Amino acid sequence: MQLIINDTPQQFAQGLTVSELLEALKQPALGVAVAVNAQVVSKSQWSQTRLQDADRITLFKVVAGG
Amino acid sequence: MLNDQDFMRYSRHLMLEDIEEAGQQRLKQAKVLIIGLGGLGSVAAHYLAGAGVGKLLLADGDKVDVTNLHRQPLFDSFSIGYNKAEQAKRRLACINPHIDIEAFEQNLDASNLAVQISHCQLVLDCTDNMASRQAINAACYQAGVPLLVGAAIRFEGQFLALEPAQSHGCYRCLYHPEQSPPMNCANSGVVGPVVGIVGLMQALEAIKYLTGAGNVPFGQLKLFDAKVHQWQSLGLNKDPHCPVCGDQPCN
Ligand SMILES: [Zn+2]
Repeated sequence: MQLIINDTPQQFAQGLTVSELLEALKQPALGVAVAVNAQVVSKSQWSQTRLQDADRITLFKVVAGG
Repeated sequence: MLNDQDFMRYSRHLMLEDIEEAGQQRLKQAKVLIIGLGGLGSVAAHYLAGAGVGKLLLADGDKVDVTNLHRQPLFDSFSIGYNKAEQAKRRLACINPHIDIEAFEQNLDASNLAVQISHCQLVLDCTDNMASRQAINAACYQAGVPLLVGAAIRFEGQFLALEPAQSHGCYRCLYHPEQSPPMNCANSGVVGPVVGIVGLMQALEAIKYLTGAGNVPFGQLKLFDAKVHQWQSLGLNKDPHCPVCGDQPCN
């Protein structure tokens, strides 16, 4: 299936979860957050949230500074 | 009631039909807590003092350092080594001598937070670390007080407005404490105007909330990418298992 990762289309296996996607993209364990179709997915939901063809994924950084 | 001085000082607000006398009066009666007087808080506090927010509570346990001066316009070379909340209070009193300003020269702990927040209509999270942000979010939800969260690092800014009475998610739904990145402005850097822009967003939405002008984007995370000059908006739903705002809160 095709996912749009931060505006760039990429091919992935069917039925991937958010956790599996982050692993596939070699994202660091800390400091990353995810939205699917412009809705934030809480970290506790990452392993249960299955992605579908054409989902738009936003990877963004956890920012706590100021 | 607004007096003659107020009519002069706030005339540019009063001529706006979305604010007018009633909105300015609401600003005058408002009590706002600003936690953190760094790059976010010093900008937000400057504008809220100027706007005539009647009572400002400022909390910060840090001292002004020379590395702060590129992005914290309330301070100057003479402020170095002094407490930020106290220095901010002195400067703000010059900008607007007609408002009440209280400075807490310490980082508020959980019990202090709860007490101060319960007296306020609105809280601005202008801190610089995940633990403080989680504690402020939990205290605001406990007290039912709206919260405007700002954050910035490098060329990135984030803004999130939270209204505990509404059904959107909270800061704990957005970030788990263990998602905390190992970086801050001190070890990663930040471009001064980026943090200033986010602090201004906090001030702007505070003025809108308090006067009733326009709509505050509650429950929407705003991401600012300064390198490409773009804002993005993401929805934030409740995490059903959230210990702060979820169905079975366990504070
Ligand atoms: Zn929550």
